[in-house]
Amino acid sequence: MGITVKAEQCTGCGRCVDICPGDLLALLPQEGKAYLRSARDCWGCMSCVKSCPEGALERRLPFSLAGYGASLRPKVHETHIVWTLRYPSGEVEEFAVKTREHPGRA
Amino acid sequence: MLPPRVVETDVLIIGGGTAGCLAAVEAKEVRPDLRVTIMEKANVERSGCLAAGMNAINAYLNPGETPESFVRYVRADAMGLVREDLVLSLAKELNRVVKKVETWGLPIPKDDKGSYLARGRWNIRIYGESLKPILARAVYKAGVAVLNRVAATGLLRRGGRVVGAIGLGVRDGRLYLVKAKATIVATGGAAGIYKPNNDGSAHHVMWYCPFNTGAGYAMGIRAGAEMTTFEMRFVALRTKDVIAPTGTLALGFGARQINARGEPFLQTRFASWGGERAPTCLRVHAPTLEAREGRGPCYLDTRGLSAAKVKELKAAYLDMYPNLVLYWAANGIDPAVEPVEIEGTEPYLVGGHCQAGYWVEEDRRTTLEGLYAAGDVAGGAPYKFVSGCWAEGAIAARAAAAYAARVDLSEPEPEEVAAETARVYAPARRYEEGGDGVTPAEMEERLQKIMDRYAGGISTFYALHGESLQVALRELSRLRAQLPYLVARDRHELVKAHEVIDRLDVAEVLVHHLLYRRETRWPGFQTRFDYPERDDAHWLKFVNSRRDPETGRIEMYERPYRQLVPGDRYRG
Repeated sequence: MGITVKAEQCTGCGRCVDICPGDLLALLPQEGKAYLRSARDCWGCMSCVKSCPEGALERRLPFSLAGYGASLRPKVHETHIVWTLRYPSGEVEEFAVKTREHPGRA
Repeated sequence: MLPPRVVETDVLIIGGGTAGCLAAVEAKEVRPDLRVTIMEKANVERSGCLAAGMNAINAYLNPGETPESFVRYVRADAMGLVREDLVLSLAKELNRVVKKVETWGLPIPKDDKGSYLARGRWNIRIYGESLKPILARAVYKAGVAVLNRVAATGLLRRGGRVVGAIGLGVRDGRLYLVKAKATIVATGGAAGIYKPNNDGSAHHVMWYCPFNTGAGYAMGIRAGAEMTTFEMRFVALRTKDVIAPTGTLALGFGARQINARGEPFLQTRFASWGGERAPTCLRVHAPTLEAREGRGPCYLDTRGLSAAKVKELKAAYLDMYPNLVLYWAANGIDPAVEPVEIEGTEPYLVGGHCQAGYWVEEDRRTTLEGLYAAGDVAGGAPYKFVSGCWAEGAIAARAAAAYAARVDLSEPEPEEVAAETARVYAPARRYEEGGDGVTPAEMEERLQKIMDRYAGGISTFYALHGESLQVALRELSRLRAQLPYLVARDRHELVKAHEVIDRLDVAEVLVHHLLYRRETRWPGFQTRFDYPERDDAHWLKFVNSRRDPETGRIEMYERPYRQLVPGDRYRG
């Protein structure tokens, strides 16, 4: 399962390709959209999901571990991240966590 | 084939992760005139162990603690045998490097008096989701040159001295010949040597970064560096299925281990070892025994947590291991109602937790001139975790920078470059010439099966004995004979091919170490059926190895243990 890419939202910017620690994402040569070349090799670190400006990527746990129907979406802001956790029931839980002290400083 | 890209630098750092980033910045700070270059297999922005983030610093001297008290604790946790000189030297740097990263923008919550929030004796809470991007930014800001997407394959030598490294360009397929006055190896350790907890489509759902495939160890092994204590494998106690860390539950939320009958077995059967605070190896050995003796599965008892605490717990995991939060939601698990099932992982080699790695001096020089080691590949100093790897990176950087300032660049041996070039491209060439052969995935599966079955993997409850280790050596040598048949269809697969070759080189050395130590020093990490007791009279010493670069023969050595900090070695 790994990562699913919503083709209609993907602009082919390549940020996910650039960031994946396992070099698992690539752009399709014809369509120019991102795809996961080896779903089984995904670690689940969600670096690609966080990097996508369009929210086109989603983490899916392999079915051998987890049932269908839940989702976890991060939205990265300058100094914090907001996670939206959706349960199979439709219930939604949100988490906002600080990530940086200074937006403009290294 | 395109000619290699040649890069010249003063200090080369192989691996831009936890140790490598701090090493790079420190080198630029102590010697701004030096050129510092990082060679990184992925992208320093989100590579290695910290890709998903980190929610705590677990090696920090909270008020009242000293470098000496840290050594006493780490020594007892490592069953009385550590390189005290190494642990002491990094302990002196822990608080400085944490403060330094805080100034780079890492949020660390504080109490009313301005002290960090302790999460345990050596632990503080951080908001570390963006820890890796924060480190990467500091690296670029310091003026460090970064070669992203270059996977290191071998060290370059001239007359026995290390004069840089060769890497394979993951994107362009070209070789990168980096000539350096000093080189620091700071890659990750090795996952995927053993059959992991999950298989098939979930085989990479593991705790340790699955892209840490032992390259740093393997390069040193092939170049004849002396290695130490590979036999102290790290078997991590993790949550079942998604293999998330358990420190957050145990230290952060006070959850205790129970077996299938609800018995707090650590508190009863391991009371003399401190119960829930027993040494790390026993905290994984104990539930392994419960499972072996028919009282599994085991759990961390989170029942009764308030709704607010569960929310806090999930937020903490989102900073480091978001898979667990998704897993609970997908499976309808509420940790306040259902205890969290735990299991031991596949054995990893990781010097940041245990002691497998290069044999180094206090300044982190290895036995090869011009080569330094820090972090997960540096041996003898366990319990480093993130901050200890930072500290070690800084120590290595100062020594490497001083060395670089007094030597010249050297040309690597041309024959060695030619041989390494041929070795790197061999699986791609075989594919181009005929296509048929063995894929890296097939090779990996067989390696993992051999190690699991004969060298103390999950399927045998990690236990070892001499005869089965001999079978492992025989099977590994059969597997080695298959290496010429490896095929790589593209650049991505060529990197995968080298990841499995590296792990095979590491696995052979590991089995020699496991065979050599004829006692059980670290139950759970290194449990011998044939020598079940700890034996200080004969084995209070380090087991080292060196693979002869000419013959490929692995020679074993013993090195003495030296106690520097007085006190009972089994009390922290």
